[in-house]
Amino acid sequence: MIDVRIEHAFGDFAIDVAFASSARALALFGDSGAGKTSVLDAIAGLLVPQRGHVVLDGQRLFDRAAGIAVPIARREVGYVFQDGRLFPHLRVRSNLLYGAHARTRTPVEFDRLVDLLDLGPLLARRPPTLSGGERQRVAIGRALLAAPRILLLDEPLTGLHREARAQVLEHLRRLKHALGVATLLVSHQPDEVIALADEVVLLRAGAVSGKVDVATFAAMQGGSRTVAPP
Amino acid sequence: MTALTPDEWQALALSLRVAGLSVLVSLPFALGLAWLLSRVRFPGRLLAEALLFLPLTLPPVVTGYALLVLFGRNGVIGEWLAGIGIVFAFRWTGAVLAAAVMGFPLLVLSIRVAFDNVDQRLERAAETLGAGAWRRFTTIVVPLSMRGIVAGGVLAFARAFGEFGATISFVSNIPGETRTLPIAIYELMSVPGGMPGVQRLTLVALAVALLATLAAAVLGGAAWGRRRRD
Repeated sequence: MIDVRIEHAFGDFAIDVAFASSARALALFGDSGAGKTSVLDAIAGLLVPQRGHVVLDGQRLFDRAAGIAVPIARREVGYVFQDGRLFPHLRVRSNLLYGAHARTRTPVEFDRLVDLLDLGPLLARRPPTLSGGERQRVAIGRALLAAPRILLLDEPLTGLHREARAQVLEHLRRLKHALGVATLLVSHQPDEVIALADEVVLLRAGAVSGKVDVATFAAMQGGSRTVAPP
Repeated sequence: MTALTPDEWQALALSLRVAGLSVLVSLPFALGLAWLLSRVRFPGRLLAEALLFLPLTLPPVVTGYALLVLFGRNGVIGEWLAGIGIVFAFRWTGAVLAAAVMGFPLLVLSIRVAFDNVDQRLERAAETLGAGAWRRFTTIVVPLSMRGIVAGGVLAFARAFGEFGATISFVSNIPGETRTLPIAIYELMSVPGGMPGVQRLTLVALAVALLATLAAAVLGGAAWGRRRRD
């Protein structure tokens, strides 16, 4: 269960976003510049909104009016960044286990996650030697092994070539069915949203323009659940 | 060219010990101050930086005199420290203090530049994985700055090894206690028949300086700083 209200002005652009959902797999869909990443940043604590609140599973992570702001390191929010942000000096195994020391709930078992994401052959590698798709798979695994309450995915497939994109999408779909971790996906690609979300919040120019279930969303996108890759 | 005399060996050994210890002792302070200057906006930052540069810009004799006033037997801090058994005046420990003060700005500057170059987005990623400030510092910031830390350490070592003015005015010239290699050279220059000794010690100083520079290149290249940019 997530309940978010965020108002923030960045120079000539402002966001005023409010939504609540109890869907396990939620997506924020909108064009680039719609303010999607700012919403994720506010949930993770990387952005401190000028007004609003973030409530996750009943815990108030942020509430401007009440003066509440749980520190980033204690929000237990997994964040998969668009650019991966793997630690370049650590091998894949150490990257995966980086968040393990701080977790408070039982995470998915290491070996199982390595299997689900096909990371076995990569464990001894260094991030600069990974391809884009491999890097994103490691970033997803690293976030999950910290046992987050919610996994934030910021356009995790953007910038990948066609084949890698299809692969990572398949891995994410697999994780969704195998683990059932709550996720919030940010994307501007309808096929990703249709494949990974149960409910979709539509964003336009810094505001929510609607909230629909994924079947309705698919119909809006042309009635098909299979959309050609970009 | 004859071998070094026992007195000359003694001066060389003392200089290596003083310079090495001065870097080791000042390193934790330098890491802390570099982090403050690189990451924290605090009032009086400019003043702190100006004070940091003082040992580089002041005549070394003045720095030595200031140390005498502060850390001499009757000095403001020295008297108090003598009460708990720590004496700097006219001891080799005083030579370490003088060398540390003179090398400190180079150490801090080099480390601070390295800290500035660490991608702060990686620190934010670590934060979302539950890492507090200390863990981010030790597992992300320091390892990714290793090249700058090593380079700064070598620079400070070389500066400390060559220290003359502050040392001789603070702890004088006591054989086996405070007569470092530069002070021994200076003394030999003013005694009849001292020139062969001056030449021997000059060659030794040249060798140490060259070795230090080579060590910096080799160690710095092996550290992560370079590889991650490849």
